[in-house]
This record gives sequence, structure tokens and C-alpha cells, in this order.
Amino acid sequence: LTLDPLIGAISAGNTVVIKPSELAPACSSLLSSTIPLYLDNKAVKIVEGGSDIAQELLQQQWDKIFFTGSPRVGRIVMSAAAKHLTPVTLELGGKCPVILDSYSGSDLKSAVKRIAGGKWGPCAGQACIGIDYLLVQQKLAPVLIESLKRCIKRFYGDNVQNLQSICRIVNKNHFDRICNLLEEPGVAASIIYGGSLDRENLMIEPTILLDPPLDAQIMTEEIFGPLLPIITLDKIEESIDFINARPKPLAIYAFTNDKKLKDRILQETSSGSVTFNDTIIQFICDALPFGGVGQSGFGRYHGKYSFDTFSHEKGVLHRSFFPELEPRYPPWNDFKLEFIRLAYNFDYVGLLLHLLGLRRLFIPNRAR
Amino acid sequence: MAAGVETVAEELRAAYGGGKTRDLEWRVSQLKALLKIINLHENEIVEALRSDLNKPEYEAFVHEIAGASSACKLALKELRRWTMPEKVKTTMTTYPSSAHIVSEPLGVVLVISTWNYPFILSIEPIIGAISAGNAVVLKPSEVSPATSAVLSKLLGEYMDTSAVRVVEGSVPETTVLLEQKWDKIFYTGNSKVGRIVLAAAAKHLTPVVLELGGKSPVVVDSNIDLKVAARRIISGKWGCNNGQTCVSPDYVITTKEYASKLVDAFACEMENFYGKDPLQSNDLSSVVNSRHFDRLINLLDDEKVSGKIVLGGQRDKTKLKIAPSIILNPSEDSLIMNEEIFGPLLPIITVDKIEDCIGIITSKEKPLAAYLFSNNEKLKNDFISNVSSGGMVINDTTLHLAEASLPFGGVGESGMGSYHGKFSFDAFSHKKAVLKRGFNGDVSVRYPPYTNGKLNFVKAMLSGNILRIIRALFGW
Repeated sequence: LTLDPLIGAISAGNTVVIKPSELAPACSSLLSSTIPLYLDNKAVKIVEGGSDIAQELLQQQWDKIFFTGSPRVGRIVMSAAAKHLTPVTLELGGKCPVILDSYSGSDLKSAVKRIAGGKWGPCAGQACIGIDYLLVQQKLAPVLIESLKRCIKRFYGDNVQNLQSICRIVNKNHFDRICNLLEEPGVAASIIYGGSLDRENLMIEPTILLDPPLDAQIMTEEIFGPLLPIITLDKIEESIDFINARPKPLAIYAFTNDKKLKDRILQETSSGSVTFNDTIIQFICDALPFGGVGQSGFGRYHGKYSFDTFSHEKGVLHRSFFPELEPRYPPWNDFKLEFIRLAYNFDYVGLLLHLLGLRRLFIPNRAR
Repeated sequence: MAAGVETVAEELRAAYGGGKTRDLEWRVSQLKALLKIINLHENEIVEALRSDLNKPEYEAFVHEIAGASSACKLALKELRRWTMPEKVKTTMTTYPSSAHIVSEPLGVVLVISTWNYPFILSIEPIIGAISAGNAVVLKPSEVSPATSAVLSKLLGEYMDTSAVRVVEGSVPETTVLLEQKWDKIFYTGNSKVGRIVLAAAAKHLTPVVLELGGKSPVVVDSNIDLKVAARRIISGKWGCNNGQTCVSPDYVITTKEYASKLVDAFACEMENFYGKDPLQSNDLSSVVNSRHFDRLINLLDDEKVSGKIVLGGQRDKTKLKIAPSIILNPSEDSLIMNEEIFGPLLPIITVDKIEDCIGIITSKEKPLAAYLFSNNEKLKNDFISNVSSGGMVINDTTLHLAEASLPFGGVGESGMGSYHGKFSFDAFSHKKAVLKRGFNGDVSVRYPPYTNGKLNFVKAMLSGNILRIIRALFGW
């Protein structure tokens, strides 16, 4: 998320300042020490620091600002950019839902693997396009949950002290934030798998919740952690209204082979992207623009879109000195005005007659 | 304040939520209604423009009526093609899959228009908004009240007012509108208010298009057809609302040697166009109001400027007219060289070598347009590569606005975003990425537990090296 925009900025011929996140200090430090060894450090600079440094940077005049982060800080960035009329790209987040239509057998197994991989695979759920919550028809929930539990055990193990192949929570603040989500009334009661915490190592077990209260924070804010609420519906089509009642997410994932449902999802919901029958993988398809809409952000990048995001597309019109169109110039009179009117309507016959002075013969009652 | 201004965004959101604006038939019906307005009420619109700006009928027709009509017809012709999903190529990394990009409306959008081309600068963004399937609110400029009233009346009569609304008013109404949540804001005007719009949009994370202005330079080289160049510059400056245009040539740069020839050519063509007493010509717009009139007189009467007037300088406050005026080498620190003139005054700056023009232009804020009259290929290429501006024309002025295949918009202080033609449709659309996958070809290397073998395989796949992939497959 540092290098990808950097590639776009450089390809487009800009000089760049990067402010990596202080919440990932080892990476920030690595970038800060390595990039100057390889790149032209008169034109590419790294500035490390926290929000005070970011504020200082935001006071300066930039020709573009590319921000990845939360909507709250996105507003701050855009307000600062407004003072200098600086265009921005905001890559924010949201609650990315996965819709699971009815599947069985090996297809269900594959779907479950991709859902588990899409929830806990990317940074233990701490990803903008990570699955936030799941929508499924009520009668399919039990089979799904069993399959999901087996999958989690296979992928990550079932002991919070010894989880494999999964990230930890980035810091104590976020750990506590996620724990708080679980403590709201009704939420703790809805945990049906996991829920174990290891505060010392900042690990939270992959956790599944079944129908937590919809007004709880876990269902109104982006979770950004390893908790997966499953919301059951009478009919899977209700997922469309459910999603539309909430801010536009960065991604919608839909596991379905029902063409009608696919079309309805595409036409009736709005999101940065939609992926059918998989999760996360749209991120590596460079031909697709990556970006949000509404609360999930605006602007886009990846592939050529990165180049375009940091470019100005200048329209250039070349003209020659010949021919000259006399009716373009004043003093204007009825003849010239009529000429231009005919030209705009591509009325070539009329134009010819007009030039020969014969048009009046053919249109005696022309209203003006 | 008129009733309902505070809740207009919410009202239109309800209409948008019902889905009708997404329907292609609805969009077509609205575009046809716009075309009807333009065709059936041309006289009324021209009259309103005459009342607001003393705009000559010729300009009203060419710049506003014909422009709006062309934009409407283009949208009607291309709408189906524009709304079709765009298929894109996928690679080995997501195999097997198919991908495409779908254009969808943003939702409820706000168009804030301005006074100098009050009809087309309202209609053209609306065409974009409607083609893209949005509901739209238009706030026309109160500085052109006759056109504002005509727009309000005609759009109210012909358009589906549950989804297309006009809100008339001035600063209080605009402020109330800006507090509401929009899915896009399209603003045409000056950079001071542009900042206010952008700051208001930031509160709701609303993307914006800002069509602002700037000091658009014209560079005049020697060895050109001087008569044609002079006519085209005059046409782009005084023939476009008497210099009150965002892309008007603001100032000229030419060589010391060539300057007097240029001034003579201007003087000659000016007389051909506007007669010996331009204040009497009917082919020039007036200055829009007395505030702008006083502002322009101030620029002209500045002691750093007034002694350098080589043509014009006459004024008639009762008619709000200022004669086309040319100033030769006003000092660099005069106001006229530091703010957008937006009026019938044209400074000419002279340089030793014509190539010096690039340094002068790039030392100022990026303008909305830049113009070069030259037959020198090297100068043209250097100019295009080194001068950053919204748009550019070589050997003419302002015409690029009429070319729907060119994006029209600014950069830096001159704005952000663009429109015209399909760019209008795109400006009001969200391009949604869609990836379709099947269940075949599911590889376990993707899933935990992550092992060294899996990691090697993935690295090999990404390297694209066949031998490496084979080795990884066999664990060698």
C-alpha cells in the first residue's frame, strides 16, 4: 500500500513524498532506510512519523494527495487538500459483505475455503477488502457453520495460544477496540465459535457470531478484525436491501450461480467492486480499477489506473491556418447566423443553397 | 429561502432509490425533453442571455444553444454504447476468471453553474448527470437572473421534477445546499468559491469536479499567417462574451521584434469586426454588472498600466461597456498581470526570444487553457511538453471546447476533473470492477496452513519461469 501508489506516481513522472503508517513501525523503518539507497532521493522522500507529522505535511501544497486509511482521516485529508485545491484519491474501507447462496458438496467446500481465506487470510481481517460479515439463508446456516468451523481448525488450528498462518492484531489499541465489540450486550451471546483472546501476544481466535444485534457496533462499524458475524435471512434476495441500507462498501462478494441474483446484485447495489464466487482476488487483477465509491472512497489505481491517477490528461487541439471560416467573425448579420445554423445541423444542401442565395426561394415562411 | 431547499437532496434520494433514473428509457426521455426545451424555446433563451449579458444573438446561438443541442444529441446517440459494460483481460494470476467494468450512477448530484455561459454551463453537466443515471439538482447563478429564471421555468415544465430540480438563489441557498450530502458536486466558477465547495464536500467524502479558470496565455511566434492569428485571437477573446470566459486568451506573449506587427494586425482586424467605435457595436457582450465593470476599470486605470494602452481604453458605465483594449508591456507586478482579467483587456508581454515564453507561463499558476500560434515544430513540441494547462490549442483559440472527444477541465488552480462528450458521462459515473470466478482450478497452495512448499510454488508461478514452476511442483 506504500509501493503500489509510489509506482504510479513515478511512472507518471512526479516527485513523491511518502508518509508510511507509524502503526507498522518496522515496515516504516525498512522503507525509510532502503528506498533512499535505491531511488533518487532528491525526488522520492520518505517522511516517518505520527499524526503530528501528517498534519504538518498536509499544510503544504501538493499537486495530488493519495490517502489509504479510514473515512475519518479521509475527511481530514480532503479538508486540508481543499485549501490548496489539491485533487485527492481516497482509498477507504467499509463493511464488505459476502452473500452466500445455496451450495452443497465440493462447491460448498470451495466456497467455505475462499470465505475463510477471505476473512482471516488478509491480515486476520484487518484489510479494507477483507470480508466483514456474511449473509446467508437461515436454513443453510447450520451446514455453513459446521463447514466453516472445520475449515478454520484445518487452516489455523484451534488453540489461541498456538494459532498458525494468521497475523496478530496490530497493536493494543486495536486489540481493545475489537474486544469491546464483543462485549456489547447481545453480541457476546451470539458467539458460536472462537472468542478466545491472548492479550499478551495480541492474538484473537477466528470467531464466528450468529445474528448479533444489528444496532450493535459490530454491525454498524467496520470490524477490521477476525470476527465474522453471520446474518441469516429468510430469502437470499433480502441481502440486496440489507446491503443498500448501509454505506457503500469497497467490495461485495457473492457466491451464487443464480444469474438473476447476480444481475440484481450488479444493478441494484453499489460498491467499489463485485466479485462472484471468490474473495480478495480482484485485488491482483490489474486490468480492473481498484477504488471505492461513497463512504468507501473515490479515485482508483492498480495497473494503468495508477499511472492515470497521478497524471493530468491534457486535451490538445492542432489547427492549421487554412481554411478560414468567414462566418466565424463579426460583424455578424443574418446571413452569417443562418450559415452557422445550417452548418451545425449538417444541412449541406441548405448550406449550398444559402451560399448561392437561393435558400429563401425554398423556405418562404421560415419562422424566426 | 424557498421551501424545501434544506431537504432537496433527501427528496431526490428517495426518487433515486426507487430506481427510475437508472432506467435507460427514463434517461432517454429526459434527454429528449432537454432537446425540446432547446429547440422550442430558443428565442426565450437568447432573450434571457441578451438581458443578462447583452450577449449577441450569434454568440448565444453558437456558444450556448448549438453547444447544448450538440451535447444532447451526442448523448442520445451514444447512450446505449456508453452504458455497456467494458470487458477487460484477465491473466494467469486470476485464471480462470472473467472481468469487466460496469458504469453505474453515483446517486444524487449537485450542479452549481455560473453566469457567463449560464445556459450551457448548466445544461451540459445536467446532460452528463442524467446520461449516467443520476438524480440532479441545479443551482444556476444569481448573477445571470434572467437565464436562471428561464432555466427554472423550462426545466420545471419539461423535466421529471421528482429527480431533476432547479434551486434558484444566491449565497444562502448555495450554503444550505452544500451542507447536504451529495454523491457528486460539479462546480463551475472561481477558485475562491472552489475551495469552499471542496471543503464542504470533504465533510461527506463527496467527490467533486471543479471547473475554474486562470490566466490563459497566447504565445504568438513570427513566421505565421498574422492576419488569421489576429482574427482567431480576437475571436477567442472579445468574440467570447467580451473576454468573460474561463478559456479566454488572458494575455499575449510575443517577441519584442514582432510586437508592433501584432498590434497593427489587432488594430486592423478589430476595426473590421467592431467598427471605428466598438462601444457602438452590437457584436460585443457588455460587462455583466457594475461590480465587475469597476474591477476592470481599476485594472485599466492602474498607473502601472494606463500609460501603456495602445488600443482602446474607452468606457461607458451607463451601458457597462468597455472597448476592446490592448496594453503593451504592463509591469509584471501590476494587478492586471496577477489576477484573471475576465474582461476585454489584453496585455501583451514581449520577450527577446520566443522560447522564453515557457519560463514565464510556468512561473504562474497552471491555467485552464494555453494557446500557441507557430509553425515551428520544435517550439510546438516544447510548448506541449513543458506547459501544463487544462487544455491546449495550437494555431487557434477556445475551439477545443467544441471537440467532444477532448476532455475539458483544469489542473492545479484551474480545477480538477473534466467533462464534455463521454467524459461528462464518466464524470457522473462510478466504474465498478466486476470479477467472475468459477470453482474449477481451485489450488490448495492458496490456503493455509502455509508451508515452504506452497510459498515456493507461488513464487515460481509469479516469476513466470516454466522451469522454476516445474521444480516447485515436484518439490525440487
